[in-house]
Amino acid sequence: MPPLLTEEHRARVGRSTPPRSETVTRREIRRYAVATRQRAARYLAGEEAPPLFFTRFFEDIPSLDDLQPNGQTRDPLTHDLPLQRQMAGGSQITFHRPIRPGDTLTAVRTLTGLAEKQGRRGAAIFCTLELRVSDAAGRPVVTEVHTRILR
Amino acid sequence: MRPAARTRWDALAPGQALPERAFTPSIAELFLYSAVIWNAHRIHYDRDYAVNTEGHAGLLITGPLQGDWLCQTVTDWLGEDGTLERFAFSHRQPATLGETLTAGGRIVAKDAATGRVTLELALRNGAGDLVTPGEAVVRFA
Repeated sequence: MPPLLTEEHRARVGRSTPPRSETVTRREIRRYAVATRQRAARYLAGEEAPPLFFTRFFEDIPSLDDLQPNGQTRDPLTHDLPLQRQMAGGSQITFHRPIRPGDTLTAVRTLTGLAEKQGRRGAAIFCTLELRVSDAAGRPVVTEVHTRILR
Repeated sequence: MRPAARTRWDALAPGQALPERAFTPSIAELFLYSAVIWNAHRIHYDRDYAVNTEGHAGLLITGPLQGDWLCQTVTDWLGEDGTLERFAFSHRQPATLGETLTAGGRIVAKDAATGRVTLELALRNGAGDLVTPGEAVVRFA
């Protein structure tokens, strides 16, 4: 079977999205805390963000016209790879300090790896995506290495 | 280490279990989580699409939501006696709306030199299958 990933695809490893800055609000934290059934009072009051609050906080807010038939939007780092059914593989996260309301944070996402595998359920592409979140002074806040599986 | 954290620390030992917590999300709950993270993937709210187009057994319980439940096993247990430094999870099999998932964990290592505790975590379905394993490192302070 010919490889799915060409040299052109592999050349995308190392590419990043432009830095994206967002200011955290108490209301956003409270919504996240309720939707995830947090129990700690400081999370429910929005005084501190639960650790995984950052998960999708920095993603683009696309136009409705950019939604695909499955409801998802195109990720500029992986949208033109040869398989497109996305599954979350998992995440490895390092926390440097908690996120609090009023924090203005900047995130950069980078495609750090691509691999193809043949499994019981057919071919799959494993994408490794790194998210680095830093504060206004440039100090690290949280770093995530996420694996996305395309089938 | 503060006195309250020190008292807890002294009693910790590898093998000890963290309190378990069961989650049975409703469809409204899955919707709210998708709304909060701005995720419109139809496998989480459009059952016809999830089953007939993507071939799933039902509406899927969102992956990062499962990760958060595992993470709460750690933060609820730790309370204000330390900080979460590292957390990891990976998805082994899908879970669908209607299932009850139980999050739990246990201590696998305790390092007196640094105050760090390593935890092994597991989110299991009603059949006892491992849906989402995880691990965490916390530091008592």
